[in-house]
Amino acid sequence: MQSALAPIIDQYRDCEGALLPLLHAVQAQWGHIPDAAIDPIARELNLSAAEVHGVISFYHDFKTSPQGEHLVQVCCAEACQARGSRSLESYATQRLGIDYGETTVSGRVTLERVYCLGNCACGPSLRIDDDVYARVDNPTFDALLAEKAEEPGL
Amino acid sequence: MTLRIYLPRDTTANALGADRLAHSLEALAGQKGMDLTVIRNGSRGAFWLEPLVEMDHKGQRLGFGNVTAADAETLLAALADNPTAHPSYVGPVSEIPFLKNQQRLTFERAGEGDPLCIETYQQLGGFVGLRNALAMTAQQIVDEVKESGLRGRGGAAFPAGIKWQTVLDAVGNRKYIVCNADEGDSGTFADRLLMEADPFQLIEGMTIAALAVGATQGYIYLRSEYPLAHQILNEAIERAEQAGYLGDDLLGSGQAFHLEVRLGAGAYICGEETSLLNSLEGKRGIVRAKPPLPAIEGLFGKPTVVNNVLTLAAVTTVLAKGSDFYQDFGVGRSRGTLAFQLAGNIERGGLVELAFGTTLRDLVSEFGGDSASGRPLRAIQVGGPLGAYLPESSWDTPLDYEAFAEIGGMIGHGGVVVFDESINMSDQARFAMDFCAEESCGKCTPCRVGAVRGVEVIDRIREGNEPEKNRELLLDLCDTMESASLCAMGGMTPFPVRSALHYFPEDFQSEGSQ
Repeated sequence: MQSALAPIIDQYRDCEGALLPLLHAVQAQWGHIPDAAIDPIARELNLSAAEVHGVISFYHDFKTSPQGEHLVQVCCAEACQARGSRSLESYATQRLGIDYGETTVSGRVTLERVYCLGNCACGPSLRIDDDVYARVDNPTFDALLAEKAEEPGL
Repeated sequence: MTLRIYLPRDTTANALGADRLAHSLEALAGQKGMDLTVIRNGSRGAFWLEPLVEMDHKGQRLGFGNVTAADAETLLAALADNPTAHPSYVGPVSEIPFLKNQQRLTFERAGEGDPLCIETYQQLGGFVGLRNALAMTAQQIVDEVKESGLRGRGGAAFPAGIKWQTVLDAVGNRKYIVCNADEGDSGTFADRLLMEADPFQLIEGMTIAALAVGATQGYIYLRSEYPLAHQILNEAIERAEQAGYLGDDLLGSGQAFHLEVRLGAGAYICGEETSLLNSLEGKRGIVRAKPPLPAIEGLFGKPTVVNNVLTLAAVTTVLAKGSDFYQDFGVGRSRGTLAFQLAGNIERGGLVELAFGTTLRDLVSEFGGDSASGRPLRAIQVGGPLGAYLPESSWDTPLDYEAFAEIGGMIGHGGVVVFDESINMSDQARFAMDFCAEESCGKCTPCRVGAVRGVEVIDRIREGNEPEKNRELLLDLCDTMESASLCAMGGMTPFPVRSALHYFPEDFQSEGSQ
């Protein structure tokens, strides 16, 4: 890992406020931020390991353990609530048999809540990896999960 | 003959199948040997019609609404033969009342063409404001913005010109322009739409701001929930650099301005300007106490303009057409136009740019229509998660900053979320506290602890556990959060809570007591 980490650190070392872009890049490489990356990042950016850890733990996006192959986010903010996202939320957890922040047994899907995807005129909204889906009801949820993540659910 | 059609490349249009439709149309045209050009334009913001296909026809743009991939075959046949006969035909786009009745300044170009085509942007009036600014002194630019009456569109509505003056007057060897594109409020998508449909306008606005205050570096702090906007902005910046609109020598003027997009990491609080600055510096997004103002000690301790996407975009209109033109729109101290966003349970959701002063009822009924569910409307939340829930008796309030403050609400970033009668308002009040507990940066106690206690107290009221006493306690807690929190997160979470409790008390009764 260290040999792959060094060029990533080099790429960001000299930019202003390097830590967030660097952590995004590390996560893009390994799917999460490995423990072993914290010390070298701290050393190279002249920070303490506690500072780096503090930043990682502050932001919802940064993960410290391996995630599912696909990230599925259900929007549960007000505009989607007005369109029935509360029932989609409970359906999603039931269907996948996991709670928010957890990964399915198959390892294919990590389920998360998200507060707003900016698709508020056409909720309930769902994001799978980098794609957003509109007016998602329970059957659409099933179909998307099967098509995009090959996750049959329970 | 080449058939030119337009199909938006936009998060909502794609969420409704625009990408898939584009592939189907291109594949079918290929099979049939048709000469078809699909231009991926930006969305016009009439999201209820997306995917909205448009076709050039005798100097007009004909519209076809809610087209899906399954319609590709019949649509292609109709386009080549008799377009107006297709069932999805909605008339010339300029005649659709939802669009025709708006007063578009900032969103005038949205949907006209390829958002990444710099020539299209120039043909449609782009970079006129920047060229004017290059011929002015820094003070003249700031004066023009001051005279326009433009106030911050992010929510706080602070006069933009005064902020710029402070940064211009501040002494610093390096100054920054920071665009707050961390559009986290539910019910808002105007920043996203602008960045996806007209990214050069934001770049132009930031460059004008840089000239006005003497900044050489700009950052767009974009939320990570907007991957498409990220891609489009990065590409737009690259093209603007190539064309000389960004870089070491702006259009040969000798002035330098560099621009970079920085991605947030899923923290609502980073939409608060001081927390955003900490995040940009690579730190936890913890709110800073003010003073010092960011205008004096902002990013890396340097004088910094922090403005919302739409504030910076509006500046291009002010500089291109003059402050008189801009401030002719609006009422009272709310000048210009605001991009309202109709969201939630609404028949015709989307972006509506209007001068300030229309009533909430007219905005919702004329543009939005009924609820999407067909049930009667019950409450409207204006201004995002920190805005009040308004019952029908408040809907005749004119949409201007002061009028909304008077009724204990706020216009904020212009989000209008509509709820039908199936909503339970104690759920919404609880959610407001829960959201604050989840997203609080944790620096100040009223917000960090108050929100957690707020959820507990609301639960006790709903369970019928000493409801009167707990109601009083909740109001007292709201007072504490409002007056003692460091920023608007804790300070305004009481708005939705109080309004729900005040206007919809019946929803807080436990089942046993009803």
